Amino acid sequence: MFYRENGQFKSSYAADQQLLPILQDRVFMVALVAFAFVVVPLVVSDYVFLSLLIPFLILALAAIGLNLVVGYCGQISIGHAAFMAVGAYAAYNLVLRIPQLNFLIVLVLAGLVAAAVGMLFGIPSLRIKGLYLAVATLGAQFFMDWLFARVKWFTNYAHSGSVQTAPVELFGWSIDSPQEKYVFLLAVLILFTVIARNLVRGHIGRAWMAMRDMDVAAEVIGIRPVYAKLSAFAVSSFFVGVAGALWGFVHLGSWEPAAFNLTLSLNLLFMIIIGGMGSILGSFFGAAFIVVLPIVLNQLPQFLGIPMSTAMISHLEFMIFGALIVFFLIVEPHGLARLWAIGKEKLRLWPFPH
Amino acid sequence: MARNWPVVLLCAALLVGLALPLATGASPPGFYVEVLLGGLMTGVLYSLVAMGFALIFKASGVFNFAQGAMVLFAALAVARLAERMPLWAAILLGIVVMIALAFVIERVVLRPLVNQEGIALFMATLGVTFFLDGFGQTVWGSDIYKIDLGIAKEPVMVLQGLFQGGILINKEDVAAALVAVALVAVLALFFQKTATGRALRAVADDHQAAQSIGIPLNRMWVIVWSVAGIVALVAGVIWGSRLGVQFSVSLVALKALPVVILGGLTSVTGAIVGGLIIGVGEKMAEVFLGPVLVKTFDLAGGGIENWFAYVLALLFLLVRPQGLFGEKHIDRV
Repeated sequence: MFYRENGQFKSSYAADQQLLPILQDRVFMVALVAFAFVVVPLVVSDYVFLSLLIPFLILALAAIGLNLVVGYCGQISIGHAAFMAVGAYAAYNLVLRIPQLNFLIVLVLAGLVAAAVGMLFGIPSLRIKGLYLAVATLGAQFFMDWLFARVKWFTNYAHSGSVQTAPVELFGWSIDSPQEKYVFLLAVLILFTVIARNLVRGHIGRAWMAMRDMDVAAEVIGIRPVYAKLSAFAVSSFFVGVAGALWGFVHLGSWEPAAFNLTLSLNLLFMIIIGGMGSILGSFFGAAFIVVLPIVLNQLPQFLGIPMSTAMISHLEFMIFGALIVFFLIVEPHGLARLWAIGKEKLRLWPFPH
Repeated sequence: MARNWPVVLLCAALLVGLALPLATGASPPGFYVEVLLGGLMTGVLYSLVAMGFALIFKASGVFNFAQGAMVLFAALAVARLAERMPLWAAILLGIVVMIALAFVIERVVLRPLVNQEGIALFMATLGVTFFLDGFGQTVWGSDIYKIDLGIAKEPVMVLQGLFQGGILINKEDVAAALVAVALVAVLALFFQKTATGRALRAVADDHQAAQSIGIPLNRMWVIVWSVAGIVALVAGVIWGSRLGVQFSVSLVALKALPVVILGGLTSVTGAIVGGLIIGVGEKMAEVFLGPVLVKTFDLAGGGIENWFAYVLALLFLLVRPQGLFGEKHIDRV
């Protein structure tokens, strides 16, 4: 923004390698986190929490997960909602069968189960790639939909096939009001964002990006494709599985298998295309976009005084999504995150661009 | 031969699975043939949609996720237009609409994205899918519509002498299969005998070489997308007359994806054979394997045809990554 990093010298490796090397960025980030933790819960209404912020936080986590495998490792997946479902049902069964387990441990275990399943469906990526893999992950989507709808054990023999959960309890803290949910999710999201940021700039992330850019060349310089691809699938599915568990437990409360269908998968993909592939920040932008757009579309006709049916609005939503995907792929393939970076760079030099 | 043993093994296993219900006496032969024919009929429809995929992939290197949406769009167009005019006029007008759509897609989506990676193009067609789903239902409406082809729907009993109780065949299905065969024949002639077809094959082989001898790439893309649109229209009309035109048609058309990867992305023959294999495979699995699974694992109903096609395609991919008829791909750095 309106700052220069002039005069900030790095005199140690630690200073050179920190996540936010510029002082102003650090101050901004701390202020943003403090704002999100302290001010937002005080001023924002319950409606905004339930329909905007809570879905945003969880979808952002899922989008980061998907971005790791699609944006960083270049392995396209159109079935990631299936791994969200795995996380959600794993968490449901863990809570149901081992009630004394702490919810944080449940989250981690659910993520691990999702990671295992993700690796299983990632195995085809070793022999096939690109578009073939897309179809394989689509298979994962339909298979998981079917599995959770048909195998009664997963839903604890519920007649309707839908499952209910009790409010999450953490060290005696019952997370049931929108504010509490928000704070809890925010903490989880920040933790995972830091993990993701560190992963993608470490040797694992570099291996993923090398696989993405040219797999044969990566293999030649000594990156093991098996290890790189499967680790991308595992980590990605872990993130997405945790997001799925949170989506079920904290956001929905009760859900049926259709909650994690192909539409959600495509929406996740949409988020990272619009937000920016290969960018953690982009996942946030994309998630925010997909949460806000339907609400804006719902309010706008009323605001402008144009009557519009709900069916019409949902079709319009589809059209705008589609047009935006094409638009971004043509104009700015790196999405909103890239636009943000360009804007920042421009502002940094402003008003003397030369 | 020796190198192909996994493929041979897989095919053998599938054939054994196919023969099992008959061999164990789990089904009467008449019923078995009925299921087989039903599978083949569905397979013909899958083949039709898959052919659209293969055509576009071959000519423009685009993995067209929107083929299902195009099927839905075309079917909706024909169904709604047929309310106001005779069916043949509706179909002709539908063809015009699909050609116009091909023009728009080439101009708006493909041309700016020329020379991009396959994945970017694939995602662009994902955008086209979203757009067409919304646009089609905005323009044509989102209820369930009917297409009446004027063919009697009641089944006919045939081969009563050969099987006990005879075999029930739907006249409409037979007509659909004939139309599909005719379409394949026309396409084959078009590709083999006409100058445009030759140009298309040249483009498919090597974009740059084709361009350098003066084949206009952009016009070829419009043509191939138009052809894919017309194939989608035929598939949509047949499908619509069987199941009614509704949103789920575009989901069923997603089944064409495993079909093309099983058959090999670049091969029209592969699309046809793959469609038949998957059509028969999933119908057999649903009817004969489904109840066994339900009984063994105490499931809440069958429905394994939702994913069986994908698993089948994946099994094939694991032993033969380029698909049955695909060209072997060699990477160079």
